[in-house]
Amino acid sequence: MDLVLLIEQLLNGLQFGVMLFLMAAGLTLIFGVMGLINLAHGSLYMIGAFAAAAVASATGSFILALIASLAAAAIAGVIVEMVVIRRLYDRDHLDQVLATFALILIFSEGTRWVFGSFPLYLDVPSALSGAVELPFGISYPAYRLAIIGIGLVVAFGLFLLITRTRIGMRIRAGESDREMIAALGVNIAVLYTAIFALGAALAGFAGALVGAIQSVQVGMGEPVLILAFVTIVIGGIGSIRGAFVGALLVGLTDTMGRVLLPVLFGAFMNPSAAMAIGSALASMSIYILMAAILLFKPTGLYGSA
Amino acid sequence: MKLKSVMLAACAAAMTTGAVHADGVKVGMITTLSGGGAGLGIDVRDGFMLAIQQSGRSDVELVVEDDQRKPDVAVQLADKLVQSEKVDVLTGIIWSNLAMAVVPSVTARGKFYLSPNAGPSALAGKGCHPNYFNVSWQNDAFNEAAGAWASENGIEKVFLLAPNYPAGKDMIAGFKRFYKGEVASEVYTKLGQTDYAAEIAQVRAADADMLYYFLPGGMGISFMKQYAGSGADKPVMGPAFSFDQGILGAIGEAALGVKNTSHWSKDLDVPGNAEFVASFTEEYGRLPSLYAAQGYDTGLLLVSAMEKADVSDADAFRAALKEADFQSVRGDFKFAENHHPIHTIYMREVVKEGDVVTNKVIGVAAEDHTDAYGVDCKM
Repeated sequence: MDLVLLIEQLLNGLQFGVMLFLMAAGLTLIFGVMGLINLAHGSLYMIGAFAAAAVASATGSFILALIASLAAAAIAGVIVEMVVIRRLYDRDHLDQVLATFALILIFSEGTRWVFGSFPLYLDVPSALSGAVELPFGISYPAYRLAIIGIGLVVAFGLFLLITRTRIGMRIRAGESDREMIAALGVNIAVLYTAIFALGAALAGFAGALVGAIQSVQVGMGEPVLILAFVTIVIGGIGSIRGAFVGALLVGLTDTMGRVLLPVLFGAFMNPSAAMAIGSALASMSIYILMAAILLFKPTGLYGSA
Repeated sequence: MKLKSVMLAACAAAMTTGAVHADGVKVGMITTLSGGGAGLGIDVRDGFMLAIQQSGRSDVELVVEDDQRKPDVAVQLADKLVQSEKVDVLTGIIWSNLAMAVVPSVTARGKFYLSPNAGPSALAGKGCHPNYFNVSWQNDAFNEAAGAWASENGIEKVFLLAPNYPAGKDMIAGFKRFYKGEVASEVYTKLGQTDYAAEIAQVRAADADMLYYFLPGGMGISFMKQYAGSGADKPVMGPAFSFDQGILGAIGEAALGVKNTSHWSKDLDVPGNAEFVASFTEEYGRLPSLYAAQGYDTGLLLVSAMEKADVSDADAFRAALKEADFQSVRGDFKFAENHHPIHTIYMREVVKEGDVVTNKVIGVAAEDHTDAYGVDCKM
C-alpha cells in the first residue's frame, strides 16, 4: 500500500462522511428539536433521487435535477409532517417508529407504482465526469471531489443558520425548552414544519447527489438510514456538530477498515483467509466504533446528558 | 405487500366441479416482486406467462406470490402453496439462498420444482432430486465459460470482485476453475454495498490485465457508474447478471465495451428467439432480459411436458420433463443426468444500438457446457 493510494482512500472516506452528514443532519435536527424518531428519512432520500432522475431525463440539466430533488423532498416532508408526523410528537417512541415505518412502505410502493420496479438512469454531469489530477500524482474522480466541496459548503451554511440567524436561535431554543418557546409567542407548529422540510430537503439533496453514482431504485434509502442513525448516535443525538464529526468518523472508519483490515490480516495469515476475516470485520467496524464511543461517552461525543 | 393473482384459470366447468387436477396443471410461482430485486422476478413472471399464453392452453392455473427476497417469507409461501393451494408444480425463485430454503422441502413432498433462475451448487451435486429441474443454469456456468475465454484470449493477471455471500464465492470459484492465469487480487465486499470508491482505487492500483466482477442488481449499477467515472481503464468482464438489460438501462454508456458471458442474448440467431423478443417487447413495452428468457423457457418446458403426460402420473410427467422437448430461445438445450442444462455459453459485448445500450453476441465461450457437480449426483 503506497502513500498515493492511502491519500486517495482518505479522500474516499471523507466523501462518504460528507454524504452521510447530509442525511444525518436532518435526522439529528428532527430528533433533537421535536424528539421524533423518523424512520422515513430514507424515503425522503429516495424521493430526492427519483425526482432528480425524472427531471434530468426530461430536461437534461443536472442543476435543474438538483433543484427538483430539494423541492420534491421538501414538499414531501411538509405534507408528511402536516398529515402524519404532527400527531406523533406527544406519543412515545414506539408509536413513532411504527407510524414512520408504515410511511417507508407507503413511499416505497408509491414510488414503484409511479416509476416501476426497474432502476432509473441518472448520470453525473459531463462537466464533472472523469478524473482530475491532484498534487502528488493523485488522480481522483471530479464528481466525488465536487461532492466533498458541496457537502462542506452545506455544513458551513447549516452552522451559520443555526448559530447566526433568528430561525437558528428558535431551533436551539426549541431544542432546550419546547414549552417555554411556545409560551414566548413563537408559532411552534410552523417552526416544526420548517425544520422537518429542511431535514427532508437535505436528505433529498443527498439522494440526488449519490443517485448519480449509485443505483436509483426503490429501497435505496434504508441502508443509508441505518448508517445515518449510527452517525447521530456517535455524534450525540440533536447535535449538528456531533453529526458532522460522527459522519466523518463513520465514513473514514468504514472506508479505511475495508482497505486496511485485509492488508493487516494478510501480514500473518494466507491471503484468502485474510480477505475473508478482514472483510467480515470491516463490515462490523463502524458498529465496533459506535460501541467503543458509547462505552466512554454514553450520550455520544457532543450529546447533552 | 400481499400480491396474489390467479390467472389463466381453468375452464369454468372444471372449476365448479372442483376437478381441476383431472387434466390441467396448477402452478405456484414464488418470486421477487417487491424490494430491490423486483425487476428480476417481474421479468421471470412475464416471460413465463407469455409462454403459457402463446401455447393457447387454458388448463394451466397460475398462482403468483411475492417472496420479498426473504427466505422466511418464501418458506411460508411454499407451505401455503403446497398445503392449501395444492399446486402440482412450483417455480419462480430468483435467489440461491431462497432456493436452498424452499426447494429441498417441496421436492421431498413429491412436488415438481422448475428453477427459472438460481442454481446453487448444493442442488446440482449431492443434493440433486428427481423432481428438481433447473431450466436456467448452475451458478458456476457463466463464470467457468468466462474463465476459459480469458485464458484463451491472453489475460494473464486478473482482479476478482464479488459480494461476500455463497453465490458470490460460487461465481469466483467457477471463474478460477477454468482460468489458467494468475489472480492479482480477490476482493469480497459486503452484500448490498453501494459505494465502491475504496475497491475501485485498489483495482486501479493493482497490477492486473482485467477486472472480473459479479455484482447483480443495484450493486452492479453503482459499481459500473463509479468505475467509469474514476478514470480506471482496465477492461471489465463478468457474468451476464452484472450486465442484464435492466441494469444496462440504468448504467447507460458507461458500460459500453464490457464483455459478459450468457447462455442467451436477444440477438442470438436461433429459431424462435427473434419471435420471442418481438412478442415480449410488444406485450410488455420493454426489451426482455435473460431472466425473461429463462421464464419463457420454463413455461415452454412445462407446456411440452403437459403435451406428453398427465401431471397426476408423476413418473411419466418426470420423464416428459427430462426429455426437454421444446425449442429453447437459447438454441440447443438438454438436461444432464442431474437435471441441469447442457447448453452453449456465449460471450457478449455491450454496444449501443440507436439509443439503446444493449448486449451483442461476439462469440462462443463454451460449447455444450455442463456443470462440474453432476458427478456427485446419485438419483
